[in-house]
Amino acid sequence: MQLIPCPWCGPREETEFHYGGQAHVAYPADPAALSDEDWAEFVFYRDNPVGPFAERWAHTAGCRRWFNAVRDTVTYEFRSVYEMEGMVNDTGGAPFAMPDRVRVSRKTQREVAS
Amino acid sequence: MRSPDLPDHPDQLWRNPEPRRSYDVVIVGGGGHGLATAYHLARHHGITNVAVLEKGWLAGGNMARNTCIIRSNYLWDESSGIYEHSLKLWEGLEEELGYPILFSQRGVLNLAHSLQDVRDSVRRVNANRLNGIDAEWLDPAQVAEVCPIVNVSPEVRYPVLGATYQPRAGIAKHDYVAWGYARAASDLGVDLIQNCEVTGFDISDGKVTGVQTSRGRIAAGRVALCAAGHTSVLAERAGFRLPLQSHPLQALVSELLEPVHPTVVMSNAVHVYVSQAHKGELVMGAGVDGYNGYGRRGAFHIIERQMSAALELFPIFARAHLLRTWAGIVDVSPDASPIMGLSPVDGLYLNCGWGTGGFKATPGVGSCFAHTIANDRPHPYNAPFTLERFTTGALVDEHGAAAVAH
Repeated sequence: MQLIPCPWCGPREETEFHYGGQAHVAYPADPAALSDEDWAEFVFYRDNPVGPFAERWAHTAGCRRWFNAVRDTVTYEFRSVYEMEGMVNDTGGAPFAMPDRVRVSRKTQREVAS
Repeated sequence: MRSPDLPDHPDQLWRNPEPRRSYDVVIVGGGGHGLATAYHLARHHGITNVAVLEKGWLAGGNMARNTCIIRSNYLWDESSGIYEHSLKLWEGLEEELGYPILFSQRGVLNLAHSLQDVRDSVRRVNANRLNGIDAEWLDPAQVAEVCPIVNVSPEVRYPVLGATYQPRAGIAKHDYVAWGYARAASDLGVDLIQNCEVTGFDISDGKVTGVQTSRGRIAAGRVALCAAGHTSVLAERAGFRLPLQSHPLQALVSELLEPVHPTVVMSNAVHVYVSQAHKGELVMGAGVDGYNGYGRRGAFHIIERQMSAALELFPIFARAHLLRTWAGIVDVSPDASPIMGLSPVDGLYLNCGWGTGGFKATPGVGSCFAHTIANDRPHPYNAPFTLERFTTGALVDEHGAAAVAH
């Protein structure tokens, strides 16, 4: 078991969290235009990398809010966590295009500073 | 001290050749599925110019890490077809390979803990019988007759309301299965190459022509993937994606105990499955870890949940000592069914997505996948398990009968 740094609550035990799979998978902008292959891609196909992976997590037993994280699928280390807002496909959907630094709320920054 | 039940092995199990520069068929992955496929290609299709490439050591991945359970009590006709085909092959496998595999048809109980469990279970028993598969519905008292150490008291948090029972199900000794296939394939001329990782694929005009490996390039007329949890990594190197997610699946064993557990017990709801190995360890599995991982180790809280479930079902285990834990990496598909057949690249064949249930399918995969490779088209038993089903919608949804949470 490891501690996961919730952006709002700070580090909490892994069992408090729920996994939401790959991050930055945007709902189709024009659903009616999608082919069967496009729908299959959207519904069933996700990346499955060895190494860093941008994922969604929910702090279900805490603040109950969703956030994104970059986690290494081999070491399981959380390299960064960041809020979901404004991050959805603003880099063209590249799954690993994320800010260099951890985007955290002020509360967590205060906790880290103290 | 060695158990008198365990047979001696021959002095030589398989040849250990240098890789040649070219093969008719290269199989990527030297686990149970890869070895069984190679054996069937050589023995039943006359294709002996075959290499099995294994990045580690033979059968050292999921084949060495599973809980050995063999059964065919799946819900849908498609699954019944291939798993029952496999179970029938298990029943003759010692003779086929000329090698002991300690196949023990001690039966499997799948417990029901809620009214919905009961309804689903009875439906599955009926579906199994319509497909000619042995299946019975047992009430709690009958469960206790089959396995007296199961706690069928109505006082527990998730009482046992009954179980499906497949008497022909059982376990086999996984290492011996792999060694039996490896020895037989090697004797038929198949080259088993260890410490040889496939790093890329040579593809021209949409057709595979060879593989790049950590031991150089090897030309291949056909290439077959049997890499379980790492198949999507290989597919990416071949230029296409697969609808797979890789998760650690944990198991553990107790110290050696006197025979106490006569069958196999699985519980989908409280989530543990237990049998007693030939030597005496209690072998227990859990559900997959909740997130993607390639770490071959699991999270501790999964073990904690698994143990609490085991102790409620089997109070007798309370003083057993845990000997060791481990995890394998399983490839989970969206409908909990395998993907087996052709791929977007000509001459490159897929066998993946077995998730938590690949061991029981080993002989069936060998038979059907070798047919697929030899004839460039699926065997009738693996024809429903195409990659295209995720586009057409013809899914084989076996989340219920897969029996492991994923």
